[in-house]
Amino acid sequence: MSRFRCEVCEYVYDEEAGAPREGFPPGTVWADVPDDWACPDCGVREKIDFEEIPA
Amino acid sequence: MTSAVGGEAEQQEVTWRDGKRYAWLLGLIIPTAPFIAWGLVSATGLGLFWWAGPIIVFLLIPLVDVVIGTDAENPPDDLIEWLEKDRYYRWVTYLYLPIQYVSLAVACWLWTTHPMSIVDKIGLAVTVGIVAGIGINTAHELGHKKDELERWLSKIALAQSAYGHFFIEHNRGHHVRVATPEDPASSRLGETFWGFLPRSVVGSLKSGWGLEKTRMNRLGKSVWSLRNDVVNAWLMTVVLFGALVAVFGVSVLPYLLIQAVFGFALLEAVNYLEHYGLMRQKEPKGRYERPAPRHSWNSNNVCTNVFLYHLQRHSDHHANPTRRYQALRHFEQAPQLPAGYASMIVCAYFPPVWRRVMDKRVLAHYSGDVTLANVNPRNRNKVLARYGAAA
Repeated sequence: MSRFRCEVCEYVYDEEAGAPREGFPPGTVWADVPDDWACPDCGVREKIDFEEIPA
Repeated sequence: MTSAVGGEAEQQEVTWRDGKRYAWLLGLIIPTAPFIAWGLVSATGLGLFWWAGPIIVFLLIPLVDVVIGTDAENPPDDLIEWLEKDRYYRWVTYLYLPIQYVSLAVACWLWTTHPMSIVDKIGLAVTVGIVAGIGINTAHELGHKKDELERWLSKIALAQSAYGHFFIEHNRGHHVRVATPEDPASSRLGETFWGFLPRSVVGSLKSGWGLEKTRMNRLGKSVWSLRNDVVNAWLMTVVLFGALVAVFGVSVLPYLLIQAVFGFALLEAVNYLEHYGLMRQKEPKGRYERPAPRHSWNSNNVCTNVFLYHLQRHSDHHANPTRRYQALRHFEQAPQLPAGYASMIVCAYFPPVWRRVMDKRVLAHYSGDVTLANVNPRNRNKVLARYGAAA
């Protein structure tokens, strides 16, 4: 399972935890998150600008 | 790493002091405006003072802005983290809420028991509307934070102005699309405030609802679910107004509506001046460039900044939306308004004045190339004809 960080704020999307409030249950893989989904904390940039955190 | 930053911060703390630290408390004068109005009317017998709210915001604050002037001081970069963690600053914002609601209840009591003419009552409603509108600014500061308590307080602050959807639309709509034609809350070159107002109110409402509808669909819930943040935030307004009507009678309802409309119209006036005419250009792949300091109008007028929690350092806010107000920085390269937001709101109400003051600044920002600006499509040809010659 991978983790992805918003390039603007410190929000991290963790595939294992998902983002249940956003409608992505635990285990939702990054590929299933829509490209136009914006960072839920800062809203500055969308999914495609997130950076994968090296394991 | 944290301890290194902390150690350095402690050393610097001695040499750098936040000059505005205690000035932030002055922001709490605004929610007491109905009390100030009542006190001044009682002391002088002049009904004019029921309008104390607009008198403070549209006359007094612009005057003090001229007298005190500007301040471009930034906290040192390595102190920002320390400054943000100082809980004193957030308590200053939380305190707005209890004062705001005591004022609202007292206003209801005055409307129903005090000998006042209709004009007096409307004056008090507008004063209460100022509290509601600046309350949206408090809600704005709180709603951008990652803390659940602060997000909840943000919705409570919005209940008075019936603008609960702002909590969603501002963070998830406006910030994503700022300074593009797709954003209802970014005003366009050639667009008057009075044309912008309905476009932003209706557009933001639709967009906020759509954002929560999408989220509810993903969750497999009905759009009317209480988990829909637009629904539960609006419900707070229904409960609030319902309780006030139950206690004070239905005669307070027209004044509650006046203060709510005046409150959100004040917020929309601020929206109008924050990004007027500014445009993010498209990258070769068709996406808009990332929001940068050049996409917001800023001001360093101390007085307005103190009353609006540094909202006028708007470029840093859009670059770092979760950053707390006390740590927002002035950027040299950001476009600057000729006066503070309070004065500029008054300009915005008079479109010919606004055009005279602002259009040339938008044009100068784009070195005379009007095609780079966010031009109102409704009168695009007229605007291009008027300013195209300068290109």
